[in-house]
Amino acid sequence: MIPEIGHFALILALCVALVQGSLPIYGAAVGNSALMSVAKPAARTQFLLVLTAFGCLAYAFADKDFSVLYVAATSNSQLPLHYRLAAIWGAHEGSLLLWTFILTIWMFAVTLFSAHLPEATRSRILGVMGLVSVGFLLFMLSVSNPFERLIPAAPDGRDLNPLLQDPGMVIHPPMLYMGYVGFSVAFAFAIAALLGGNLDAAWARWSRPWTTVAWCFLTIGIAMGSGWAYYELGWGGWWFWDPVENASFMPWLAGTALVHSLAVTDKRGGFKVWTVLLAIMAFSLSLLGTFLVRSGVLTSVHAFATDPKRGLFILVFLAIVIGGSLALYAWRAPKVGLGGSFAMLSREGMLLANNVLLVAAMGSVLLGTLYPLFLDALDLGKISVGPPYFDSVFVPLMVPAIFLMGIGPLAQWKKASVPDLAKRLKWAFGVSLVSALTLPIVLGSWTPLLSLGLLLAIWIVTTSAVGLRERLAHVNGNSLVERLASVPRSYWGMLVAHCGIAVFIVGVTMVKGFESEKDVRMNVGETASIGDYTFRFDGAQDVVGPNYTAARGAFHVSRDGRETTVLYPEKRRYPVQNQVMTEAAIDPGLLRDLYVSLGEPLDDGAWSVRLYHKPFIDWIWGGCFIMALGGALAISDRRYRLAWRKQEPAVPVPTRAARRKVA
Amino acid sequence: MNRFLLPLSIFVVVVGFLGIGLTLNPREIPSPLVGKAVPDFSQPQLYDREKVLSPADLKGKVWLLNFWASWCNGCKTEHPVLMELAKSGEVPIYGMDYKDQQDEAMAWLRRWGNPYPIVGVDEAGRVGINFGVYGVPETYVIDKQGVIRYKQIGPLDPDTVAKKIIPLVKQLESQ
Amino acid sequence: MKWVMLIILCVSGPAWAGEARPLADDPVAEARLKHLAVELRCLVCQNQTLADSNAPLAEDLRREVREMIAKNMSDQEIIEFLVSRYGDFVLYRPPLKATTTLLWVGPFVLLTIGATALVITLRRRAHTVVDVVVTDEEHRKVEQLLAEGGKRS
Repeated sequence: MIPEIGHFALILALCVALVQGSLPIYGAAVGNSALMSVAKPAARTQFLLVLTAFGCLAYAFADKDFSVLYVAATSNSQLPLHYRLAAIWGAHEGSLLLWTFILTIWMFAVTLFSAHLPEATRSRILGVMGLVSVGFLLFMLSVSNPFERLIPAAPDGRDLNPLLQDPGMVIHPPMLYMGYVGFSVAFAFAIAALLGGNLDAAWARWSRPWTTVAWCFLTIGIAMGSGWAYYELGWGGWWFWDPVENASFMPWLAGTALVHSLAVTDKRGGFKVWTVLLAIMAFSLSLLGTFLVRSGVLTSVHAFATDPKRGLFILVFLAIVIGGSLALYAWRAPKVGLGGSFAMLSREGMLLANNVLLVAAMGSVLLGTLYPLFLDALDLGKISVGPPYFDSVFVPLMVPAIFLMGIGPLAQWKKASVPDLAKRLKWAFGVSLVSALTLPIVLGSWTPLLSLGLLLAIWIVTTSAVGLRERLAHVNGNSLVERLASVPRSYWGMLVAHCGIAVFIVGVTMVKGFESEKDVRMNVGETASIGDYTFRFDGAQDVVGPNYTAARGAFHVSRDGRETTVLYPEKRRYPVQNQVMTEAAIDPGLLRDLYVSLGEPLDDGAWSVRLYHKPFIDWIWGGCFIMALGGALAISDRRYRLAWRKQEPAVPVPTRAARRKVA
Repeated sequence: MNRFLLPLSIFVVVVGFLGIGLTLNPREIPSPLVGKAVPDFSQPQLYDREKVLSPADLKGKVWLLNFWASWCNGCKTEHPVLMELAKSGEVPIYGMDYKDQQDEAMAWLRRWGNPYPIVGVDEAGRVGINFGVYGVPETYVIDKQGVIRYKQIGPLDPDTVAKKIIPLVKQLESQ
Repeated sequence: MKWVMLIILCVSGPAWAGEARPLADDPVAEARLKHLAVELRCLVCQNQTLADSNAPLAEDLRREVREMIAKNMSDQEIIEFLVSRYGDFVLYRPPLKATTTLLWVGPFVLLTIGATALVITLRRRAHTVVDVVVTDEEHRKVEQLLAEGGKRS
């Protein structure tokens, strides 16, 4: 009964979405306020309906209802409850429901925080989101119904893929989807503005916080996926340039460009046309990712079980949504004005140059990801495009982008001067250069890439310091603390996010430069050393988990004779799917990770063991979290907090200035 | 042309490719060996370890080489098709037992029938590597001069046999 | 003192616990194998390198490569051996050919087009926008900028 309620809720949600996607948009076009006012309640109703459906599926999982095909296919009675719940998005159908659910969450959020928007704009935004929702609901109801019954019911389920039975599974997909789907808000804002023909600076100001929030989620989602791959796959890598990873990285690159471009549009009214295009691109790439993961056109570690019928559905949906938006863009964009003027060498100019680099990087990832498909479609042979390709084209594109990242925030709006910038940045450059050249030597090995990486990271930090110092000289306040507090949060946000990139670069550089690994055959009592640490193997024991059996090895790790930790890597066997999983044991640390993974049992109690010493690897994900923190700081800026409460889109200047003084 | 149409045009091209992509199988890798001489090998025979199977002995006739194993699921699907083809006498199918146990392989053939005049044994998978085999079953069509003319990846089905293999064999026979 | 301890530990180490043997007989050859294998694709896997995969075919191919290394074949020869059997598909670094030119130059073409477009647009803008009268909107903006704490930087 419960699954039928869920199914029925989805059908109702589709009806509501159809209403939401048509009446308000039409109402906005003809200026009919009654029709427009449908948008808000429709969006909220849709949210409740999809929430109901989601709850019903969750109930079916919790209740081990194996008469539901999807539940039987992705869970098992032995599977612990939290993984049964995470199994909701463990395969195609349920993850689509999650997608739709998150889309309605964003819609609901728009209804809450849009009091200050003109009614027509709000109606169009919700209308566009409703139309996107129609596509996903139709998709589920036609070819991917998570509530499909299995009659007679299966005695037990086929279990969740053991690779997915991990805390990462509980949190990574929702985060990632919050990011992907979050770009639908910026997209809807852009389409609404194109439809209404009122593409002005206010539009950019409204879009900014939404885009930043989505970007934060996506950043965290990608970082968590990467961290998960690192400890779960058991061979110590953290990024593989796999098509599915690329599918999440492309919207991130476009989204990052969008965040920066919105700043130009917001501040200077310029490049609206470009910003709109980026907003369309970021969401289109999210949809493209969905297609790539689910259609089976590319081979990937992470792909869902594929079905050409589904692939065709998404492709048609993609063609309608993206094709329609780009057609609208081609029609409306030429009529948009130019905005304020600025010189090539100015903050705006550099932000846009950075945009060019980010978009070129995004284009390269897209090219590399789809190129094998292009060649195959033209019958020109099969090739693989992998990490060596992406590394060699990505680095040269990112180096100038990061160099600009140091200068941009220090350049004046409108027009900057080279001698002035050079004067202000000379010590930052000197310090970066000298320390980048000498640090690797101090650390014991010099390579050009190591120096380059450190140069970029130190460059970001030192230029940020210069920027902050100058900023502090210009704000009011007597003590340093007072002055620090009066620097706007949005500025802090930018600094923190940029420093997050620096931390990330340090992580990548140090791991690439100094990681070491060892494949050894270890008997009980034998030791192996790696990077100052000595590992002693104390044998393996059989242990029994809730739904697996495992051999668990014990490794005493010591450094200079002092015990550091004991690590327990496992080799698990999940009987339901008869799959063997390597569960690595990691001792994380600020400066290094120690990583042990069990290979195969050899004769007389010995095991083949892989040991890794990974310096600074946690900085990779730490950097991403710092970036996201920067985003969070930026949206907590006072002007957004004020904007939510105001009916008028823009705060009159005098009041604003006055409030600032009072504060 | 209106420059604002550029994104749309790029998108249309990409969608076109993605559409074609849906009809392709990314896991099927065409062999660079088609059109090249068959890699030489000399492997012991399954039923008589003293004797060998070697392409040199098959010069002058058109033949198929089928890589299979008793542990392979696709081989079971394919097996009736091979039996049928063998019965028709259109072309001899030589078997290569790939990374298998001798007794299991023999038991398998006893149970499901033996379509092969001779079965070679490739215990270490070396012949497989020389043929670029990446998954069994795989089947090669080899002409009178000892040149590989066609490679079937995955199980043969009646349709492929009727529409591709038999016409190709007939054409090669008449050369 | 610490030094002495360390030396004693190092010297006496093997006496109280055996140092584990490397899994490979020849660590130098193994390092070369690894170096090669991270750029080679495991054919039967979803999308994994030959170095990472545990598939039987990957193991066979690693064995094959090890033997070639033992025979002192160059990296080039080893790669040719694999390509002649499996095609370019095994290479994660696609070779530069007529069909892959676009792949390799594409990113830099994109960058050049983007940079040129940006420069041209900015130049053209500089001409068109110069004589525009300052609108109310812009005026307000300027004031706003001033109000926001003298954003010089």
